Amino acid sequence: MSAIETHALAKDYKVGFWRPRPYRALDGLTLSVEPGEVFGFLGPNGAGKTTTLKLLMQLVYPTSGTASILGRPLGDLEMKRRIGFLPENPYFYDYLTAEELLTYFAGLFGYKGEDRAKRVGRLLDEVGLGAERRLQLRKFSKGMIQRVGLAQTLINDPEVIFLDEPMSGLDPLGRRDVRALILRLRDEGRTVFFSSHILSDAESLCSRIAIVAKGRLMSTGTLSDLITAQLKGWEITLENMPQAPPESHAGVRGVTAIAAGRYAVDALPASDPLRLVRELTANGGRLVSIVQVHDTLEDLFVRQVDQASGTDRFAQVPPAAAAGGTR
Amino acid sequence: MSAMVSVPTVARIAANVFKESVRDKVLYSIVLFAMLVIAASLLLSQLTAGQEVKIIKDLGLSAISLFGHFIAIFIGIGLVSKEVERRSIYALLAKPMSRTELLIGKFFGLLSTLTVNVTVMTVALVVVLAVYGALTPPDLAKAWEAPATDPRIVVAAFLILAELAVVTAIAIFFSTFTSPVLAAAFTFGLVIVGQFGADLKNFEQVVESAPVAWIARGLYYLLPNLAPFDVKSQFVHAQPIAPSYVALTVGYGALYVSALLSLAALLFSRRDFK
Repeated sequence: MSAIETHALAKDYKVGFWRPRPYRALDGLTLSVEPGEVFGFLGPNGAGKTTTLKLLMQLVYPTSGTASILGRPLGDLEMKRRIGFLPENPYFYDYLTAEELLTYFAGLFGYKGEDRAKRVGRLLDEVGLGAERRLQLRKFSKGMIQRVGLAQTLINDPEVIFLDEPMSGLDPLGRRDVRALILRLRDEGRTVFFSSHILSDAESLCSRIAIVAKGRLMSTGTLSDLITAQLKGWEITLENMPQAPPESHAGVRGVTAIAAGRYAVDALPASDPLRLVRELTANGGRLVSIVQVHDTLEDLFVRQVDQASGTDRFAQVPPAAAAGGTR
Repeated sequence: MSAMVSVPTVARIAANVFKESVRDKVLYSIVLFAMLVIAASLLLSQLTAGQEVKIIKDLGLSAISLFGHFIAIFIGIGLVSKEVERRSIYALLAKPMSRTELLIGKFFGLLSTLTVNVTVMTVALVVVLAVYGALTPPDLAKAWEAPATDPRIVVAAFLILAELAVVTAIAIFFSTFTSPVLAAAFTFGLVIVGQFGADLKNFEQVVESAPVAWIARGLYYLLPNLAPFDVKSQFVHAQPIAPSYVALTVGYGALYVSALLSLAALLFSRRDFK
């Protein structure tokens, strides 16, 4: 059983006041997240990440498609007992203290008395707000609210944790703490589904990622699958060269001088690097290294976002969906 | 809409609304202002020889009702819309609760706040009346239709609270699908129309057109009839307030609140939080 499963999930919003038109925020998202995975849901702003999370939390209803969490339908109360959710830029009640907010939320899960008090205290300590527990939330900074948000996400020891832009509003120390927290949750065997547009977070945390752009799933897989599949070329370093290797040589894309007699040769992916080394060092010189140049996550991301950018989301809506409501 | 409503969940949501609203400074300002008006009734009563105690009772109960309405409407319209606007509802609805439970919890939370406020304001009025009663020579007090500290004030205050429950339900109903400003306007409108329920009922006696009479009769049944909750006149003039009348009025209020909250839950359960 997958921890999270969506099938052809789509969402249209109506935009425009006088003549509302359906705007496709999410277009046929099909993916599954396995238990214990840290799954990065990546995309630029407006890609449909938050819409997907809102659909999974039933804050909005799908125009079409289905989804389940822990094998149960969305909105199922038993399932909700086993998940945690951190919304993007969370906001809580001004006049409650951090401790009161967590006590309230813990109560909604049925925790009482000593157990509840211990749970609340432990979580506030874990997110670094132990000293501010009795301060009203209206006096909290954005970063502190984000920490309270993380604490409330974990109040019920959830099996599946949904984090919408968890690094948002955090300083470098806060981001490091959140990264450590996600890795700890992974080590505890929990499933973490987090959305982000910060690629370095995904690279350091995720076992699998999905890239969405313009409401569509562009690719999904493990980082190594997605990135090593794309060999960009070879970087050949040569030294003691009598002269610079010619850029016009077959298979060479460019040459960079590093130091006297030392050059970095950028070779095309289709070229044979060993043959190229033999040819380039025929008049002298020595091979230092041959390195495969792979796609970075950023390259992949940019390419896929560019690929999606030509599409018009109004035009994608089929006539049947355009005639229907927002649900 | 979930058919099952968990009482502990509703109680926790209500307790949170109560906790938040009693810390809101606006609430204290309103209650303080009401207390001032109640105290001022003591001065105003001096303008009308022989009617002093009636004026204090009338003005005092009017102040409790008016400021109670302010609290019910202004906090009521924000209970749901503020959660949606500030997006605090996102984390909340991910917890094991239904949207219906959230609405019912909000309703009972504000009703608890109103109960405390109406009680505080009524106690203030009773104190003012007791002080006035104690300062009045007994021969003058004999001319009053009812004693200054008439225990039936509890009935009058209870019916004000029942009316406020209906007003709160109206405010919550509108706030589930409109902006706070529109919800306030609609709620004010309905509360004002609600004071003229009897006129709608008797409309057919003054118009000849049958369709108009039917529409008036339909509106009479559809719109809230808030006039029966006002027993100030009976209280001030020491006229009887039958227990059956109180029971019937409160029963009507409970039915109206149930219908409004059910409709609100139905609309709210389908809403997208964009």
